[in-house]
Amino acid sequence: MSQSAVTACRAVIARDLLVAARRRSDVLTTFFFFVIVVSLFPLGIGPQPDTLREIAPGVVWVAALLAALLSLARMFDADYADGTLEQVMLAPQPPVLMVLSKISAHWLTTGLPLVVIAPLLGLQFDLPGRALATLLLSLLIATPALSLIGAVGAALTLGVRGAGGLSALLVLPLYVPVLVFGAGAVTASAAGLNEAAHLSLLAAMALVALVFAPWATAAALRIALE
Amino acid sequence: MSWFRYSSPQSFYPLAGKMVPWFFTLAALLGLAGLYIAFFVAPTDFQQGDAYRIIFIHVPAAWMSMLIYAVMAFWAGIGLVFNTRLSSMMAHALAPTGALMTLIALWTGSFWGRPTWGAWWVWDARLTSELILLFLYLGYLALVAAIDDPRRADKASAVLALVGAINVPIIYFSVQWWNTLHQGSTISMTRAPSMASIMLIGMLVMVFAFWAYSIAAALMRVRCEILEREHHSAWARKLEDI
Repeated sequence: MSQSAVTACRAVIARDLLVAARRRSDVLTTFFFFVIVVSLFPLGIGPQPDTLREIAPGVVWVAALLAALLSLARMFDADYADGTLEQVMLAPQPPVLMVLSKISAHWLTTGLPLVVIAPLLGLQFDLPGRALATLLLSLLIATPALSLIGAVGAALTLGVRGAGGLSALLVLPLYVPVLVFGAGAVTASAAGLNEAAHLSLLAAMALVALVFAPWATAAALRIALE
Repeated sequence: MSWFRYSSPQSFYPLAGKMVPWFFTLAALLGLAGLYIAFFVAPTDFQQGDAYRIIFIHVPAAWMSMLIYAVMAFWAGIGLVFNTRLSSMMAHALAPTGALMTLIALWTGSFWGRPTWGAWWVWDARLTSELILLFLYLGYLALVAAIDDPRRADKASAVLALVGAINVPIIYFSVQWWNTLHQGSTISMTRAPSMASIMLIGMLVMVFAFWAYSIAAALMRVRCEILEREHHSAWARKLEDI
């Protein structure tokens, strides 16, 4: 990778982080959405600790999926509206790298906060310590995959009527494998089983997404900007 | 004669028009033959009684639902790479039939499940992945419908179809694993009763009937799609039937 590409990537990430820092409410919305959705489940299901402990992995993971989905619109929309995105795609650096930088910034502002707060929410559901560690680890491995896969959906629905609901329809089925193994890892860990296989598969999926998703996203952005 | 001649909507439109009645006739004949075998020739299953007869609809529909997704992704990919309009139209034309087949497979599966397992729905690996396949079809159709510019709709939906095609096997295996990890399913769908050969023949006839129907329906839909997009062109104006 040439020096200019590294500089460009760094500039895109720094800019997106700066924008997020200036408009903190956007980041906090996703974060509190996650917390609220998780907190709603005990209210709907009842306070029995045994039931809650059993459903906790699924609840936290589904809430993480929904929170990732909620934040997708922010990934490209503002840049698309003010023309920044077009300039970024026109830059001499490969669009795939630019897209990857934007996805990284998105993960840092939305995925990472979820990872940090998740063990606390798991504690509310009375998950044992080892399961909490697995929850943290599984989210840490797989939230980048959520951002990567979500970026494809966000790029495909850019500037389209009803983009929010539509991207949910496109992206949620693609999230299924991540949900299965993410929640599976925590469940296995809570049951005293070895969760390494699940985590390895999560990592494999994150890597596959890392290979394919930036290309698909760049292609979709090019189509949207035509 | 070059086959590429038919990659132009203008020359494909009349060809498709000629093929549609043939495939519909074939579908009707094969369907009648298959249903005859299904209801009058095939013996009653000693375990499931007559309820099993729904497989003559269920299995072909399930096969078609998966095959059509692959064909759709293939045409979408061709359309994206070679920028051929007809390929993208073909992909759009296949999607509703695929979604219909998925729905039929789920519906008949549910009807089959009620008498044999005593439940309309179980979270079996195959049922669940079929359900997710339906969601993928719906997402594709929704994306096509939401984008006004047809060329952008072609390309965007093609990217989605290809991403989905990569994901389908991953989803299938993850769901299968998910199913075996949770409580062992009390009812196994994979343990198929050893099938009498006449049942198999009946099912194959029905599969070909579904093939013929899907081809005919897709061709008919692609004709509409062609007219919708090319109605301003000189050749379309000269058509007698519009």
